[in-house]
Amino acid sequence: MAVASDKPNPAGKIQAGPEQVLYAKILEKGMYFGLLALIITFAVYVFRILKPYTPMRDLPKYWSMGVNDYLNATGIHAGWSWMGMLRYGDFLNFIPIAVLASVTLVCFASIVPLLWRQNDKVYAILAVGEVIILTVAASGILGTGGH
Amino acid sequence: MSRRGKILWMGVVSAVLLLVAAHVGMASETAEAQPVKMGANWPWWLWPTVLFVVTFVMGVAAVLGGVGGGVLFVPIISGFFPFHLDFVRGAGLLVALAGALAAGPGLLKMNLASLRLAIPVALIASAFSIVGAMIGLALPTNIVQIALGATIIGICILMFTAKKSEFPEVPQADRLSSALRICGIYREASTGQVVDWKIHRTPQGLLLFIIIGTMAGMFGLGAGWANVPVLNLLMGAPLKISVATSKFLLSITDTSAAWIYLNQGCVIPMIVVPSLVGIMLGSFVGVRLLRVAKPALVRWIVIIMLGFAGLRALAKGLGY
Repeated sequence: MAVASDKPNPAGKIQAGPEQVLYAKILEKGMYFGLLALIITFAVYVFRILKPYTPMRDLPKYWSMGVNDYLNATGIHAGWSWMGMLRYGDFLNFIPIAVLASVTLVCFASIVPLLWRQNDKVYAILAVGEVIILTVAASGILGTGGH
Repeated sequence: MSRRGKILWMGVVSAVLLLVAAHVGMASETAEAQPVKMGANWPWWLWPTVLFVVTFVMGVAAVLGGVGGGVLFVPIISGFFPFHLDFVRGAGLLVALAGALAAGPGLLKMNLASLRLAIPVALIASAFSIVGAMIGLALPTNIVQIALGATIIGICILMFTAKKSEFPEVPQADRLSSALRICGIYREASTGQVVDWKIHRTPQGLLLFIIIGTMAGMFGLGAGWANVPVLNLLMGAPLKISVATSKFLLSITDTSAAWIYLNQGCVIPMIVVPSLVGIMLGSFVGVRLLRVAKPALVRWIVIIMLGFAGLRALAKGLGY
């Protein structure tokens, strides 16, 4: 069993460290922003305030295809090409999805200077490593376009 | 409920109303609707609506059964909906990611999720979830479906047999965890005691996260089912720390894999958004039902549901 006592260990703190609190605050803001934006953009899509690129009634033709066939059939390009298609209601939804998928990267990037200042250099380097991994994943350089 | 919680709750309810209203508004389109392979003659909008209802129930069951939404989502939706596994895995990762993002800030602030424990583990798991996503998207669908079915049945067995340890015995922290200062203190709310924790067997634990990350990316599953036993039983973190850190960890692991699926084009908003809203709303209701439900019974129901979905995935992969 872990050591359990009635009073805090003088060597440690019950409260989260400053880097953990900073991470949590950014994560919270990004998460709320992303979810709120998701609801708004989906409303824009389903009410056809912006016309969708793929007609909704055609969706059953596409969602049962593998991703490669889907991309070929719809003429959609993989990767970051959705950025050029934001005038369509369906592609507008990619903004909040990308926000939700980017929050963690921002959190890690934000705690690096703090960890460095605290002389926690190993963790600062590990956090930079995570930023690199997430950036590589997000960049699309690992290939796009399905099977 | 906090003010933010109320805003989020209202937002989610609004989204549901919007979805339902949109279906009514677009009823005219159904006259021209194309037949679909599964559930032929169903108008297109029925699938997202049924998806929303099913993910809502899944959200309730996930909370009561103590599992992540992603692990239920992928086998059940790929087994019983006409959506291709590529899109189901993309949506599954985003479902697991949204759940982890929603829970993460609170768990970190309460110091139950440990950033010091999560960072080295996440570095390995997120790198290998990219590898897993690339393998999963490169393999033929039936192979992935068979492997998914086998994995889900394995998860059922793990859920059935795995023990948990509230406060595992850690005689001495290993050299790596000591060097990285992976330890912490938290107050156990039920007893008011302050618990001092440390971990051991860190290299072995980190090696296992290579497999966990790969599987998470390959199948689009949240990997809480594997994270918790490794953190708790192998590395010796207290159960609460393990559960909270695992949930937070998913926000990192699933982010890297989700980007691979997003960049490959495996995201259809009409599948993703109803799933996210359904599972989140279900989770809110599940938390409220937790007080009156019998968790042991619900856990059995979840295991049976998973077993059934696993067999269905296997059968689908084998062409039955």
